[in-house]
Amino acid sequence: MALDAAAWDALLLSLRVASVAMLLSLPLALWVAWILARKEFRGKGLLSALVHLPLVLPPVVTGYLLLLAFGRNAPLGRLLESLGIGLAFHWTGAVLAAIIMGFPLMVRAMRLAIEAVDPKIEAAAATLGAPRVSVFARVTLPLILPGILAGAVMGFAKAMGEFGATITFVANIPGQTQTLPSAIWTALQVPGGENRALAMAALAGVVALVAVLVSEALARRVAKRISGAR
Amino acid sequence: MLEVALHHRFSGIDLDLEFDAGAGITALFGRSGAGKTTVISAVAGLLRPGEGRVVLDDKVLFDAKRGVWVPPHRRRLGYVFQDARLFPHLDVRKNLNFGARYAPRGSTGAGFDDVVALLGLEGLLDRAPATLSGGEKQRVALGRALLSHPRMLLMDEPLASLDGPRKQEILPYLERLRDGDLRLPILYVSHAVDEVARLADRLVLLQDGRIKAQGALFDVMADPAAVPLLGVREAGAVLEADVIAHADDGLSTLAISAGQLELPGVQAPVGARVRLRVLAQDVILSRDRPVGLSSVNVLPVRVEAVHPGDGPGAAIALRAGSDRLLARVTARAVQDLGLRDGVDCFAIIKATTVAPGSIGR
Repeated sequence: MALDAAAWDALLLSLRVASVAMLLSLPLALWVAWILARKEFRGKGLLSALVHLPLVLPPVVTGYLLLLAFGRNAPLGRLLESLGIGLAFHWTGAVLAAIIMGFPLMVRAMRLAIEAVDPKIEAAAATLGAPRVSVFARVTLPLILPGILAGAVMGFAKAMGEFGATITFVANIPGQTQTLPSAIWTALQVPGGENRALAMAALAGVVALVAVLVSEALARRVAKRISGAR
Repeated sequence: MLEVALHHRFSGIDLDLEFDAGAGITALFGRSGAGKTTVISAVAGLLRPGEGRVVLDDKVLFDAKRGVWVPPHRRRLGYVFQDARLFPHLDVRKNLNFGARYAPRGSTGAGFDDVVALLGLEGLLDRAPATLSGGEKQRVALGRALLSHPRMLLMDEPLASLDGPRKQEILPYLERLRDGDLRLPILYVSHAVDEVARLADRLVLLQDGRIKAQGALFDVMADPAAVPLLGVREAGAVLEADVIAHADDGLSTLAISAGQLELPGVQAPVGARVRLRVLAQDVILSRDRPVGLSSVNVLPVRVEAVHPGDGPGAAIALRAGSDRLLARVTARAVQDLGLRDGVDCFAIIKATTVAPGSIGR
């Protein structure tokens, strides 16, 4: 078997980075999706553009911008470092990169789910006596839950595969910041490393496939639920 | 008693009106675009008008001057929407029970079993809303509103999205609600004169955001000034009659204060009191008692008012015993027959003109 300890370390780190990134960005992504779907305000277009920017920006540019903002010589980076939250060349930095790269995908999935909920249904709940919080908990949330889960899976999968921004921001230190994609890339740089690369690529493929299958199944459920309203 | 005063310009509609709605069913009638839904939404608190006041039984729900605004979930007004708006992720039973937990402790109102029986929902309880027909959805929506123990029901064209047979399916339930033990006041928005004539106790006529007439249903329907508001083909008096007998040829005998009428298609049993709608355009006037007519329904009447219309027609208010009728004739006929206040004449009512759907209580 071509999967050595370093490969498993890389997989575990990727899973850890992706899980933490997904959990941390979930509430913020939901909130941003909510205001993009439901609110009208000045600068909405700008917010939407900012959220989606990492989708179109070359990942290496995103990583470089992160380095400029949070690097050890940047004021913000120094401040966080003194608080014990080192980001650059640290696995937590990989989390930040994953959050930013996965955010547009999460927001998009959640926003679509929220837009599919008819506010008239929520108004009906209010006339039945439900306060705003109850309307969200008993009507809106159950209807958008599959969309939230789908968004979370997309964010997780994106974080698992993120390479460009991560390697630029936190480098490629085995056991510390070497995620699965970084490990594959490293293996390809070494003569005779193709077998290791191929095994790890298969591993990444399996994880990605499972994530997409789960996401698709959830998306179908949300479509079915919402169409039941009409 | 609901008191409503609204002065506001909403998108496209300039509202300036005052009316009240007491016990029974108060119909708010108007053509589409008259502002009906805007009014009922403002009463429910789904819209916030710039100026105005909404009071329900001495509880102020909205008062712009005093800055009072009770949010919709604390108004306890059961709202039945035109498009049912059931919760798609909950089955019928859970939809019905949705509002129960928000009713104040000790509040009185319909029980679950009573509502299910009243609306015939026994077979639907485990169904998903998506599998229900339009009429079934509306019955569930009505039950859901009732079970939140509202102090008043607001109904926004609950039948408008249904076809004829489905309407006939719901109407008896609404009548049961009106005549049953709940005694819940209802504000009923509609643009269908037949529904209003069949259901309402009071009628408020709305046009371009303003009230053109309001009062007891029988009074407003018999008011010649209301003819253009209801539409010349739809206008006509509503009266109450007692079913005397059913004959084998399909005609039934009904008694009104001025005499008897022979009508087809009466389903109510002998002894029942029913509402009759007599369209103004189906009433013919004659100065002499007519003889040799194919119609048997001839009533002696007295002209109470002549109301010239904009076109060649005129609306004539008639007194028939203690009832009132409305006739629509040409202005030329008014001249030729010498119709004016106090003139006695005969009204010929074509029996077949009273549609089955407009008979019955």
